[in-house]
Amino acid sequence: MSGETGNGQDLPTWQEYFSRQSQACRDPALRRFYAAGLPSEETPIGEVPLAALDLETTGMDAERDVIVSIGIVPFDLRRIRPAQGHYWVVKPPLPLSEASIKFHRITHSEVAAAPDLDAVLDEVLAALAGRVVVVHYRAIERPFMDAAVLRRRGERCLFPVIDTMSLEARQQRGGLMQRLKGFFGVRPPSIRLADSRARYGLPAYSSHHAKVDAIATAELLLAQVAKHYGPDTPVSTLWV
Amino acid sequence: MEAEVREIREHMGRFPPFDTLSDELLDEVAASVEIAYYKAGSSIFAHGDAIHALPYIRSGAVEVYRHSGELYNRLGEGDIFGQFGLLRNRRVRFPVKAIEDTLLYLIPEAVFDRLCNEDDQFADFVELSGSRLQSTVEQTARSNDLMVTRVRRLISRLPVMIQESATVQEAACLMTEEDVSSVLLIAPAMSDDTERAFSDAEGRHWQLVGMVTDKDLRERIVARGAPPDTPLSAISHGQLIAIQSDESVYEAMLAMLRHNIQRLPVLHRRRPVGVVHLADIVRYETNSSAYLVSNIFNRTSVKGLARLVPDIRAAFVRLVDEGATSQMIGNAMSTIGRSLMRRLVELAEEELGPPPVPYCFMVHGSLARNDQSVTTDQDNALVLHDDFDSKRHDGYFKALAERVSDGLDACAYPYCKGGIMATNDLWRQPLSQWKRYFEEWIAQPDPQRLLHSSIFFDLDAVYGEERFVEVLQELISTRARQSPKFLAALARNALSRTPPLGLFRTFVLEQDGKQNNIINIKRRGVAPMNDVIRVHALAAGSRRQNAFERLDDIDQAGLLPAGQTDKLRYALEFMSIMRLRHQAYEVKHDQPADNAIDPERVSPLERHNLKEAFQVLSNAQKFLRFRYPSPTR
Repeated sequence: MSGETGNGQDLPTWQEYFSRQSQACRDPALRRFYAAGLPSEETPIGEVPLAALDLETTGMDAERDVIVSIGIVPFDLRRIRPAQGHYWVVKPPLPLSEASIKFHRITHSEVAAAPDLDAVLDEVLAALAGRVVVVHYRAIERPFMDAAVLRRRGERCLFPVIDTMSLEARQQRGGLMQRLKGFFGVRPPSIRLADSRARYGLPAYSSHHAKVDAIATAELLLAQVAKHYGPDTPVSTLWV
Repeated sequence: MEAEVREIREHMGRFPPFDTLSDELLDEVAASVEIAYYKAGSSIFAHGDAIHALPYIRSGAVEVYRHSGELYNRLGEGDIFGQFGLLRNRRVRFPVKAIEDTLLYLIPEAVFDRLCNEDDQFADFVELSGSRLQSTVEQTARSNDLMVTRVRRLISRLPVMIQESATVQEAACLMTEEDVSSVLLIAPAMSDDTERAFSDAEGRHWQLVGMVTDKDLRERIVARGAPPDTPLSAISHGQLIAIQSDESVYEAMLAMLRHNIQRLPVLHRRRPVGVVHLADIVRYETNSSAYLVSNIFNRTSVKGLARLVPDIRAAFVRLVDEGATSQMIGNAMSTIGRSLMRRLVELAEEELGPPPVPYCFMVHGSLARNDQSVTTDQDNALVLHDDFDSKRHDGYFKALAERVSDGLDACAYPYCKGGIMATNDLWRQPLSQWKRYFEEWIAQPDPQRLLHSSIFFDLDAVYGEERFVEVLQELISTRARQSPKFLAALARNALSRTPPLGLFRTFVLEQDGKQNNIINIKRRGVAPMNDVIRVHALAAGSRRQNAFERLDDIDQAGLLPAGQTDKLRYALEFMSIMRLRHQAYEVKHDQPADNAIDPERVSPLERHNLKEAFQVLSNAQKFLRFRYPSPTR
């Protein structure tokens, strides 16, 4: 995926990619999304508008599985604003399996009444426009968003993300000490959302819900930046 | 309601001043918060910063400082700060720093203003210089009323529920097993939109469709000879009357009257959270101690009185559960204690015949102060007429003392370990001798001796010639205030037991024989506070014995800086009520009631209040040392 190397030598920067797409795309919502632009790479993270994104899906495979619900919460380093966030349940093209219903606590009746993703996609893109997206574990959010948009609008939807899980991996697994421990068979600490949060004294939330998880992810990023980076860190050292 | 609002609301709803908000206001607050994070050591507010939201600590801890840089307060989970600035000019008055990684919920100023306007208790809480203690204490007193008490307070257990398709026999088995007299009927619901639909922890949808009671089983099954496999749906009443959990107890009572029913399912929104019975309300209303007192005077033997002990304990537990103040509970329990003692003296006189000379049965300690709890040692003495002749009369009074003392012991007021009982020859003396005792204690206050005799400075008459004790009270109130030496010695005694400060997260604990990790709330809190108040009261020339009444006199006399007596009052009330609640809990669980509080069982909120109360006590002790210095020779 080219998205993983947004500022490689032969590839355009994320800013260049956005401005090119804002011209090339035919879908108006995507044009608006790209036209809202991105902060330049050296912008301090403290000045960047952010949006925490969490998707609940029927599985891990973007080719086969689909999105069930979407949570988005806007924030910056000073404040997380749940009241201005969004939550959508969407109807998958195929019936939900019992297992995933039980897992997500989303019920048949909720899903039955929900619209197709296509009907809310414009709102989703508008909620993300002009913000740098923050996720926990980008291997879900990025390919699922791209696949869903491609399937419905026939065009790509790519954007840089700050992944709190890989930031946590840098801290917990990157050091020489950790590698030494790994060599001796000591398991590295868990970087799952709840475990990562606990390391920063963040409380446990009980729900498994896209908007709650989006808030949880936003809180984790605030803690990580406060502890390891500081507000002056250029945004490009955090996004991928 | 969205899931994240529920998460936030659930947390805030446990802490004052949010715990008494209506469901509607609480939802609005929870839906409006913004979130901020501060790492340990970082500054949250600097003096003069603009402030446009009320911070609520979701997790972590902060320190609040005065302008001088001196530490003003340390706050943790569930606390709010910054209300001074919000109420005045929207500028920060006290700088605040995170001392742990801290997650804050910020309540926007518009919502804060609305809360202040629409909820008096909230307004009081934030305006009363943010003293949680004061607000908690006042709120308890205010909520002791049918009109404002929410019906959810009467619920003692979760509702027992069964599917409507089950049989009456299955229901009867379940009711027997759960020891309840009614069961709620539920049926699977098609969707969330159905009336009275709710989802359980597994996400399944249910609908509340009815209720079946003991009486229904009797009348509709047994009396009619219906088979045990009759489905419950066949005997369920059509329409079910229910009440919302935040309605008042008074509303619940009206609903029962209006519909001529005895039980009401209580709902939070659409979810059943309990069943309230008419008896719960009657019990809530009845002043049970008055009934007990009349019962005491009907008993004709010590054995008969001793049989009332379970009733006395039940009355105590009820008073505590009903949210009475410590003063109300102390008063009720002391009235019971005094009545019991009076009846014992009457019974002894019936047996021994009339007394050879007039006398007065006097009490000390908690009974004299009218703050008796459920288990207390007896502290009593006899003041005899000055015509008393030891050789001729003492046989009678010794026998009288023994009968009363043994009777008290039989009624669960154990013998005083320090021997302060009328059975002790020293404390069975004519009035002139008692005067000499007190004159001597006041004129030559040997601190060591005072330590043992200071208990005598709380004294009251229980039976007989009350004027004997009044003479002694008069003597004390005039002499004590004129003797700086005596007050200094008494003050020094009052410093001998200190509160456990540093009560934050980790308690300062006492290792107390077999009891591990405890706080002795009497020895480290209530008793030293009583000691402090006694010194001021004697200095003010007060003749009152009850600590709260003494505080009124101290206030009148202007002995303490403005506002100080109120602080002492709130601190005493909180520590006392905590002790009483602890004892009620033990009585309920058939354990001997003691004063050893297990910190594991103290909620974060109580911990805050307790910390504040101990701080008040500690400051009061410091002030005592300064106010009543030992006279230089």
